[in-house]
Amino acid sequence: MTDPRPAVRIASVDKIFRGRKGAEVHALSDVSLDVAPGEFVSLIGPSGCGKSTLMRLVADLDQLTAGEIEVFGKTPEQARKDQDYGIAFQQAGLLPWRTVRANIELPLEIHGVDARGRAARSDELLELIGLADFADHHPDQLSGGMKQRVAIARALAERPRLLLMDEPFGALDEITREHMQNELVALCKETGAAVIFVTHSIPEAVFLSDRVVVMSPRPGRIKDIVTLDFSARDEELREDSTFYDGVTAVRMLLHDGAADGARGVENR
Amino acid sequence: MRRSRLNGVLWGILGVLAAVAVWEGYKAIGPAEGVVVGDIVILPRTTDIAMPHTWDVLARLFEPVTRAAGADVLWWAVLQAAAFSLGIAALGWLLGVISGLALALLMQRWVTAESAVLPWVVLSQTVPLIAIAPLVRRWGSEIEIGSFQWENWMSVAVIASYLAFFPVAVSALRGLKSPPAADIDLFRAYAAGWWTTLLRLRLPSSVPYLLPALRLAAANAVVGTVVAEVSIGLGGGIGRMIIEFAATASGDPAKTYAPILGAVLIGLVSAGLVALIGMGLKRFRRAEVTA
Repeated sequence: MTDPRPAVRIASVDKIFRGRKGAEVHALSDVSLDVAPGEFVSLIGPSGCGKSTLMRLVADLDQLTAGEIEVFGKTPEQARKDQDYGIAFQQAGLLPWRTVRANIELPLEIHGVDARGRAARSDELLELIGLADFADHHPDQLSGGMKQRVAIARALAERPRLLLMDEPFGALDEITREHMQNELVALCKETGAAVIFVTHSIPEAVFLSDRVVVMSPRPGRIKDIVTLDFSARDEELREDSTFYDGVTAVRMLLHDGAADGARGVENR
Repeated sequence: MRRSRLNGVLWGILGVLAAVAVWEGYKAIGPAEGVVVGDIVILPRTTDIAMPHTWDVLARLFEPVTRAAGADVLWWAVLQAAAFSLGIAALGWLLGVISGLALALLMQRWVTAESAVLPWVVLSQTVPLIAIAPLVRRWGSEIEIGSFQWENWMSVAVIASYLAFFPVAVSALRGLKSPPAADIDLFRAYAAGWWTTLLRLRLPSSVPYLLPALRLAAANAVVGTVVAEVSIGLGGGIGRMIIEFAATASGDPAKTYAPILGAVLIGLVSAGLVALIGMGLKRFRRAEVTA
């Protein structure tokens, strides 16, 4: 928290997709959001609310139509070129012809880290995700959860201060998913990276996040933000009433209804 | 694993035996004048001239090519011709693979190039080989750089490559485009340029698409070489040998089949070589095995 500058600053961003026949889709309308260094922010909302689009704009995988985005005070393009963020998608997206280790080393290899440096870093990361015994396996020999762990290790390879995750646990079963959430909490604590986390799952968002950004579709905009302040994020939290309060607050917002009553919920 | 390979060999032998059985069976029971419906012969004559016994064909391989003194034994002559044609086919294959890959890269890199070039690539294969053979020969003969002179065997190699490049261009383009959008995004997120993305993502992903194309290209190159040898009139290879021996068919029918066996041999060797390439690229085929 020594850096007063936000990790990500999103100011009045609009994104309009133009189809081939002049059809326009207003994906995002007047979205503003700051993410502090080390903060975990989830984007949640129904399909078509632009949550993935917002993440892709931050990652400079799409271009915004209006407004401004800064990542560590730079344009998203510069931040991408400087490798200021790590990214993980719903599909692990491991290259099938590379071993687990070589997959984790891919970004380091592309950016010219020498073999010794790569090996040292991948050793650390393999240890961190608990897959040291699988270093020389290929992705087709791994379970879905293991693949996703490798994808996250790959995202962490260059020690980014920002992690962008687009439904990384979306394809996993519920048990694996909770397990992965616990691991992610530990990883974030260890690395101190800020996270923008896109998800469909309310409990997942509440369990992981400092703030849950609830979005609504057509056009995509921020409906409200729920701040959560749990003292610890562990298995006990999942059974705790404060956790359920958070889930209820987010659910209310998503289902329109009594959105007003849940505004600015603080769960202590 | 070992068992299934053995089975494969057994089935292969069985297949050859079955073909021999059909040949000899028809020869034994078919009418000497062939099966004729109206004026049309729908099954061939079974005389020794039209259909020599398979064992006669084999035995003929171990006799001299001609009665002239000092003539080579037939199998050796066929083997030499086959080696000659295989060399030209291999060169044609290589040229075809290189130009096919280059075209695919061009089409992948620029969408405009794809819409401009792809129709021509497809159209190129509708031009009959016999039509382009004399053209290639004539254009080739215009080339004369220093001591370099265009030779007929080069024309044959060019024509073989003309048949070989097509499957490579089409499949390589599909392969280069095969990585999922998320992988492309990932490489963009790494700020990887086109070249890095090509080497580390697109080329490895295209291997499963490329291997069958290389096999097809090999078969095409062999056919192209044999046919082009005939239409260009290049001696020394299997193509000319087929024509030459066919002229003596009435007096020495078994001899006609020797160069055909030579052509089969070329096909088997080239298929084997491509299979070796496939084994070398095994690790890029993992997705193929599991997905």
